[in-house]
Amino acid sequence: MASTPTREVAKRVFAREFNDAVHTFKESDDDRAPVYVLFPTGQRANRVFLVGTLTETEDVGEESEYWQGRIVDPNGDTFFTYAGQYQPDAASMLRELEPPAYVAVVGKPRTYETEEGEMNVSVRPESISTVDEATRDRWLVETAERTLDRIVDFQAGTANEYVQMAREEYDLPVENYRKAAVAALESLEDEQARASADR
Amino acid sequence: MSDTDLRTHAEDVHEQFSDTLDVTVQEVEERLDTLVNEYKVPTSEARRSVVNTYLDEAGMDRDDIGGGGNERRQVHEVDSPEEWIDLKAKVVDLWDAQSDAVAQVGLLGDETGTIKFTKWSKSDLQSLEEDAVYDLRNVVTDEYQGRYSVKLNRTTAIERLDEDIDVGDDAAEVDGALVDIQSGSGLVKRCPEEDCTRVLQNGRCSEHGEVDGEFDLRIKAVLDDGREVNEVIFDRETTEELTGITLEGAQEMAKDALDTSVVGDEIREKTLGKYYRVVGPTFGRYVLADAFEQLNEPADPEETLIKARSI
Repeated sequence: MASTPTREVAKRVFAREFNDAVHTFKESDDDRAPVYVLFPTGQRANRVFLVGTLTETEDVGEESEYWQGRIVDPNGDTFFTYAGQYQPDAASMLRELEPPAYVAVVGKPRTYETEEGEMNVSVRPESISTVDEATRDRWLVETAERTLDRIVDFQAGTANEYVQMAREEYDLPVENYRKAAVAALESLEDEQARASADR
Repeated sequence: MSDTDLRTHAEDVHEQFSDTLDVTVQEVEERLDTLVNEYKVPTSEARRSVVNTYLDEAGMDRDDIGGGGNERRQVHEVDSPEEWIDLKAKVVDLWDAQSDAVAQVGLLGDETGTIKFTKWSKSDLQSLEEDAVYDLRNVVTDEYQGRYSVKLNRTTAIERLDEDIDVGDDAAEVDGALVDIQSGSGLVKRCPEEDCTRVLQNGRCSEHGEVDGEFDLRIKAVLDDGREVNEVIFDRETTEELTGITLEGAQEMAKDALDTSVVGDEIREKTLGKYYRVVGPTFGRYVLADAFEQLNEPADPEETLIKARSI
């Protein structure tokens, strides 16, 4: 399997950590080399998979259509996604979907600097699809798992180069992301408890 | 080597040549007997030698006689017991025989997967070597608790081949979110040339040029669990099961839209972003979906929550 070009794994991350991942880098000088964002818990990402509630869509384009979608994760934090003429399928999904809806997004992390000089992180979608609540819940638990795995590695202070890079680039306590994982899991537990009480 | 065993071999060989040569079972058996009992040649080698003699006399190639009319199978195609088949396979692993009745036991593999084999002591066959590739004619399939194996018996012809096989892992199980449907998925046309089945690009087969293709359904999908990606191929049957779109239905859709790509679009809409588990043999970098399920039972946060609170 080593001979085939490797496809980038879609990393799992809650919006709180994703929006903090402002440091980007390349692994080589090649123009076409993939751009990675660095998660504060010490992992690089060139692709993400996220599931959340699409709460708002808006065409923010000036000359041509450029759709913004706000996708809220279980903690109430927002992923921003933008799709224009080069993402026609995703753009038409954002044009046509009626919020609120559970959506799954596969896409590339992108950073940009606002006029105020603030770094923002967003997702350039490869695909957007509607999913059900069970899929959202599975993503939530999976994303908590992957986040915790990263935190364990980070705290172990292993020789992992991306953990080292995160320690150098960020001054953000990873405890925040553990709390985000706990809060997301607790919200799911509460939801399930309420659902079974209603029955 | 008992006389009855030689007799059985003689009958097999006789049957292979009864149409073309005027020999009797008795004559074949005598030739075998000379080699085995006088010259102490192993039975399989003796049989090979006798067969070659008759091939020369008849002016035939070894391919002409096949394996005595058996079907040649790939490992993952073994799906019922007590069938006589031919296999080309590599000895992947040899295990310790647990019984004196068993001469060798282990694992054979080809591109499509692996299968257990047993070789009986009383069959008196040549010894198989690990990592060597063999042509095995006349092996019998067997089943125990849903798992298939093959048995080498006294009529099995073993021929060592000077080649290698890339053995596939059988029955890989992969799961994850379906994050991509690759191009070439949906309603495709395949080359109708015998043994070709290549998917046509713009009506052309890369081997046979412009041909009148036959419609088929297939999906090349990517499953991603956040740690690794796996490419999965659904054939027509599993595509129909996954999407609820039949081949006939897909052709209707394409006809109405005057475009086959609507089928791929519909498949994307139905599957992207959902979680699946797929089981099947691996072939190159692909897992061929024999079976799949959508993972939509309620997710349980409890275990992860305990872990989250403990670190």
